[in-house]
Amino acid sequence: MQRFSALALARNALSGQTGWQRQWRSPDPAKRYNAIIIGGGGHGLATAFHLARDHGMRNIAVLEKSWIGGGNTGRNTTIIRSNYLFNASSSLYDHAVKLWENLSQTLNYNVMFSQRGVLMLAHNVHDEQVFKRHVHANRLNGVDNEWLTAAQAKAFCPPLRIDAGMRYPVLGAALQRRAGVARHDAVAWGYARAADALGVDIVENCAATSIVRDRQGAVEAVETTRGRIATAKIGVVAAGNTSVIMGMAGLRMPLESFPLQALVSEPVKPVLPCIVMSNTIHAYISQSDKGELVIGAGTDAYISYSQRGALHVSTHTLEAICELFPQFRRMRMLRNWGGIVDVTPDRSPIIAKTSVPGLYVNCGWGTGGFKATPGSGHLFAWTMAKDEPHPINAPFTLERFRDGFLIDEAAAAAVSH
Amino acid sequence: MTGPFRTEIGGRIDRTRRIDFRFDGRLYSGHPGDNLASALLSHGVHLLGRSFKYHRPRGVLGAGSEEPNALVRVGSYESRATPNLRATQVEIHDLLVAESQNRYPSLSFDVGAINDVLSPLFPAGFYYKTFMWPAWGWRRLYEPIIRRMAGLGRAPTAPDADIYAQRYVHCDVLVVGAGPAGLAAARAAAQGGARVLLCDEQSEFGGSLLSEPDTTEAGRNRLAWRAATLATLAASDNVTLLTRSTAFGVFADNFVALVERVTDHLANPEPALPRERLWQVRARQVVLATGAIERPMVFAGNDRPGVMLAGAARTYLHRYGVRTGRRIVLATSADSAYGVAMDLHRAGLTIAAIADVRNEASGPLAAAARAAGLPLRTSTHIAATHGRLRIRGATLARNGTGAREKVACDLLLMSGGYTPTVHLYSQARGTLRFDESLGAFLPGGDTGILQVAGACRGIFATDVAIADGAEAGTVAAARTDPGGAPQPVRTISVPDSGALLAREAPCDRRAFVDFQNDVTTKDLRLAVREGFVSVEHVKRYTTAGMATDQGKTSNINALALVANERRMDMAAVGLTTFRMPYTPVTFGTLAGAARGNLFDPIRQTPIHAWAEDRGAVFEDVGMWKRARYFPAARETMAQAVARECRAVRTGAGLFDASTLGKIEVVGPDAAIFLERMYVNNFRKLAVGRARYGLMLGEDGFVLDDGVIGRLAPDRFHVTTTTGGAPRVLAMMEDYLQTEWPDLRVWLTSTTEEWAVVSIQGPRARDIIAPFVIGIDLAPQAFPHMAVAEGTILGVNLRIFRVSFTGECGFEINVPADYGSDVWHAIMQQGTVFGLTPYGTEAMHVLRAEKGYIIVGQESDGTATPDDLGLGWAIGRGKSDFVGKRSLARAAMRDPSRKQLVGLLTSNGETVLQEGAQIVTAANGNASIGHVTSAYFSTTLGRSMALAMISGGKARMGEKLLAPMLDRTHEVTVAPAMFYDPKGERLYG
Amino acid sequence: MLLIPCPYCGPRPELEFTYAGEANISRPAEPESLSDEQWAAYLYQRTNPRGMHAERWRHVHGCGRYFNASRDTLSDQFQFSWKPGESPP
Repeated sequence: MQRFSALALARNALSGQTGWQRQWRSPDPAKRYNAIIIGGGGHGLATAFHLARDHGMRNIAVLEKSWIGGGNTGRNTTIIRSNYLFNASSSLYDHAVKLWENLSQTLNYNVMFSQRGVLMLAHNVHDEQVFKRHVHANRLNGVDNEWLTAAQAKAFCPPLRIDAGMRYPVLGAALQRRAGVARHDAVAWGYARAADALGVDIVENCAATSIVRDRQGAVEAVETTRGRIATAKIGVVAAGNTSVIMGMAGLRMPLESFPLQALVSEPVKPVLPCIVMSNTIHAYISQSDKGELVIGAGTDAYISYSQRGALHVSTHTLEAICELFPQFRRMRMLRNWGGIVDVTPDRSPIIAKTSVPGLYVNCGWGTGGFKATPGSGHLFAWTMAKDEPHPINAPFTLERFRDGFLIDEAAAAAVSH
Repeated sequence: MTGPFRTEIGGRIDRTRRIDFRFDGRLYSGHPGDNLASALLSHGVHLLGRSFKYHRPRGVLGAGSEEPNALVRVGSYESRATPNLRATQVEIHDLLVAESQNRYPSLSFDVGAINDVLSPLFPAGFYYKTFMWPAWGWRRLYEPIIRRMAGLGRAPTAPDADIYAQRYVHCDVLVVGAGPAGLAAARAAAQGGARVLLCDEQSEFGGSLLSEPDTTEAGRNRLAWRAATLATLAASDNVTLLTRSTAFGVFADNFVALVERVTDHLANPEPALPRERLWQVRARQVVLATGAIERPMVFAGNDRPGVMLAGAARTYLHRYGVRTGRRIVLATSADSAYGVAMDLHRAGLTIAAIADVRNEASGPLAAAARAAGLPLRTSTHIAATHGRLRIRGATLARNGTGAREKVACDLLLMSGGYTPTVHLYSQARGTLRFDESLGAFLPGGDTGILQVAGACRGIFATDVAIADGAEAGTVAAARTDPGGAPQPVRTISVPDSGALLAREAPCDRRAFVDFQNDVTTKDLRLAVREGFVSVEHVKRYTTAGMATDQGKTSNINALALVANERRMDMAAVGLTTFRMPYTPVTFGTLAGAARGNLFDPIRQTPIHAWAEDRGAVFEDVGMWKRARYFPAARETMAQAVARECRAVRTGAGLFDASTLGKIEVVGPDAAIFLERMYVNNFRKLAVGRARYGLMLGEDGFVLDDGVIGRLAPDRFHVTTTTGGAPRVLAMMEDYLQTEWPDLRVWLTSTTEEWAVVSIQGPRARDIIAPFVIGIDLAPQAFPHMAVAEGTILGVNLRIFRVSFTGECGFEINVPADYGSDVWHAIMQQGTVFGLTPYGTEAMHVLRAEKGYIIVGQESDGTATPDDLGLGWAIGRGKSDFVGKRSLARAAMRDPSRKQLVGLLTSNGETVLQEGAQIVTAANGNASIGHVTSAYFSTTLGRSMALAMISGGKARMGEKLLAPMLDRTHEVTVAPAMFYDPKGERLYG
Repeated sequence: MLLIPCPYCGPRPELEFTYAGEANISRPAEPESLSDEQWAAYLYQRTNPRGMHAERWRHVHGCGRYFNASRDTLSDQFQFSWKPGESPP
């Protein structure tokens, strides 16, 4: 891999930028791989990277039906945090945050991870109880989270409105200082480049069309739009399309895919120092390095693969943003887009083996998958390589739905995320 | 004074009136009809902005919403300041104040321009390759600098002073764009009897008719045709006309969103007017006549102030009466440029040179230019431009030979052909096809509910566009009446344009493709070289097309470059996705009136006004405002709550329980239905009796609870939690309608029908008994969990003997309109008994003393009946109810599940924090549960808490720890019942 | 905003409706007789197709009725809708 450095940049400045090589190859798929990842988003590429780097696995391919990072990796609002309620969840997400903290160096690719802190606003007594429960639970687990009064929240985020004239005044906020944002595309590209350097074949424009199983029922091959590829291990990391891919292996999933919209404003000079989330009035906001306000909220109501939502969902989100930041009312929406998020019944992911030998699945991240990217890749690679889960993802099985061991953050917090 | 570049006559400005405005502090003048760009150009001011990355000086490029360069901040007060507006869209008015952006200290001298000098260090994606050392460097060192350099304008710092409005409308035919095709379409559709809505983003209708010379190719007078057509439309009852209204989004099923700019162009708007208005239109048919946008040419130095699109110069001339320069060089690859050249020539401007990159320029327009003696050079491109803050000259070069010629000029016009504006068509999920002869993507066809007409589908000649629009309008109107005459069809096809897409000027040097984001040819080549071959990757890596103009002038050129670099067809490379909105839309417009108290409806009970008068402090519970406590003079919340609790325990308290959800369940099968919905038995519940009802989700977790009274064999009064009513009703309806349609049961939401006055305490009966007619309230006649109907103060009454306090209590349901009267009467009667109003906080304390749970506080969506100590509620012998099967799953029988217990702190004073975690002394880091409720109990004279603790029921008396920030508290596990465990007061 | 064909009231805007999940998932008549796997399948497993989807909506701010509809999840276009207990047209 051609190392990136200030020196390399200077050298290329003199040579007219002609010295840069491809960041990843564009190989034709081979006839056989030791492992195939279906889905070239951040999670899939991270999985391939960790399989190659941590488990010494060779001859791995990532199959992407379109262009890498083009799904939810490139469509989310990049919020990274780990202040989840249940131990299983906060361990999972904090595992990821720890990897984020050195990801640029790990990948030799600046993913612009910026720990700006996230404020989660409480607007009523119930919110206060819920967030304090989070704060106490997180602190016990070594996950940073603190309770701020409304005035303290405003000191941390000066543009925030906290006066009593609001329909739902801000009573306080939970602050996780280690939370942050990152440059989403760079995560996909950085993992692709690093995985490619370890020999992983990243095959774009290659859609899986069926999963072939042998007489014992184990995985044997994948049929794709670019031909049949033999393999004994398949990791499905296809986000919104997981149900479709798993259906190819005859499995019905506890998943539904919903449109999730996000939007950005026109870029302005720095005006918002942190991330602000309000689950009660349904909106979250941060400002990107480029200066755009990055805004999102909950999903549309119905399942869809159209990557398009309804206007009333965006207007509802902006109502909330304008209530929290009335000085942003004259800002303008520049771009709005939709992703397809796969949601499980308990809003927690599945990172697990399946009943089909050789078939593994990593899905169900709902609206919160980006933050987990490095951890998800690391844990899923472990699960695929060792054919058993890492202790951190052991609770995130498919069987939990049968046995009732749900990890229901949404129900527990009575919040959506 | 009139600007020196203003023509003597012509244009659509009102020369009789002068408008004074300020730009960067300097006073300028213009006329009504001017926009900021035209007015400044009339004074010879081209330099209006600085680019995003390199801070290069930039002038006006276009004449409309496609403008990438001339972005300004408008407004003299922060409460009415708007950044990033296009000067080409800002209509001037008296007192307008505008300033340039992204420059320091001034527009003409910007220290940020150092970036341009260093630009060899900053190619596309440079930031991915560096700023990684040391690891903390990004957040602390580099990012803050980059952030300050980035961004364009400054966001307003004060709350917006304006208001915004929203409207929903239906129409038969929505026509988007009021150029020749759109006007013709609207007229034809209206003549076909359709209800028509015509919108255009500009201040007046006409589109290209306003920008082009008087007569069309066919000899039609453009402005006369426009006037006649508008007169017809204005006289039609079935036509709505909206200027300054941009259709910015097309959604499923012809749902189109428009934003109308109502007051920004006015110096003194009526205060009642909204600044902007959002129109959400459901149209049976849509005709898109959105026109086309001219493409810049890609050559070295193509971004200097004074470099402009040819059609824009023509617009400034014809529409605004402004000469954009004196001595002009034209760079082109399309015939249309010759028409512009002739126009400007006739207006007295000097055409210094026309450089056509094509080997031949043979169309009629080129011939006319030749005949007029204009200096036309084919096979010629621009090799360089000269000047700093304004172009001074250009170097022309013969393709392939290297022969060069320097030509002085103060304006360089570019025309690389036109790109049809297919944004909305693409948003509507229409399929695009690449047309080689136009070098553009064109709509593939109509979708059955949406058609395209005129330049938007590659028909540029005015006369043909008018005919095309008329056909589209006729077809659209006919389609809205499917039973009508034979359906007309479109007959006009897209002609060859004769324009060639200049894939790239034969030039190696840095040429700008995306002006605002400073994306150059070199950046695009670098991206492809580094393997970013998908057009979406190129866009994201270089940021081409991601500026505030969303690539209106740059996308096709970028695409052509990528295609060239990859040696592929344009069609194979494909387009990036067109995303809503077409042009940026104000947040406030989308948020509309939803601010402050209109952000969400406020639900108030009939007792609200009384509570307000009494000085109650309210809390938000869902949309409800509930009185939390009633402080007497200078009382703290704790003091007030203590007093209210004492009153209930010793005398009586009055509580407004009107927010409780209420559902009337009637029908012969009502009891069977409730048995299936709730865990409890209901068939054996006697008329006149009530029962605590517990509802689970099908997953076995507690969803809601309430009291259910049987008023008649076939009639139940069901109450739910305050927040749970809609959810419970929806779930009941779901099961009733889809699982058990055979049951004869009807459900009615009665939450708003009844006011509920709850009176609790040992003197409760004494206070209300005199009022209640027809019901014997004596303990034996009306015991705990009795329900009856009667009258109180002459109004219908449903009374429950229930208690959420542990005292003898009654819930008095009266029709909501009488709630306030009944409350008043009882309060008055109760004075002598010490009757005290109490709020939700005291209610919480009182019920916690009794260990009564609140769904959503003790339970959290993961609790079973057993976890909450409510296993007793499950009806014995019931074979099924919603959620029953799930209770048999492994996890539900896990002995380590959290169970409801009481906790007592060792010191008796500390009130634990709700949400505090509980650990054992043996393992201080592993949570075994959490505090769900904690209060100081005046009744007990000590603090108390409820908690969900792993295996809690088996831990009675065990000492546990509650680690807090400051210190760790020792607690003892106790039964979740602190007061009157035998219930003597309840039943008394 | 979708235009949803309520079989009782006709086409109405999405704001009047609530989505109610996949259609044709009937509650088992005797839940107790099901294995944990079967029960979990009823509770949680969904077809979630990329394409035609049989689904339920409730015209909550209208007639209040639940009904079935067939919609293409790729285009969000409704094909048709029908009343509970009836067969799709």
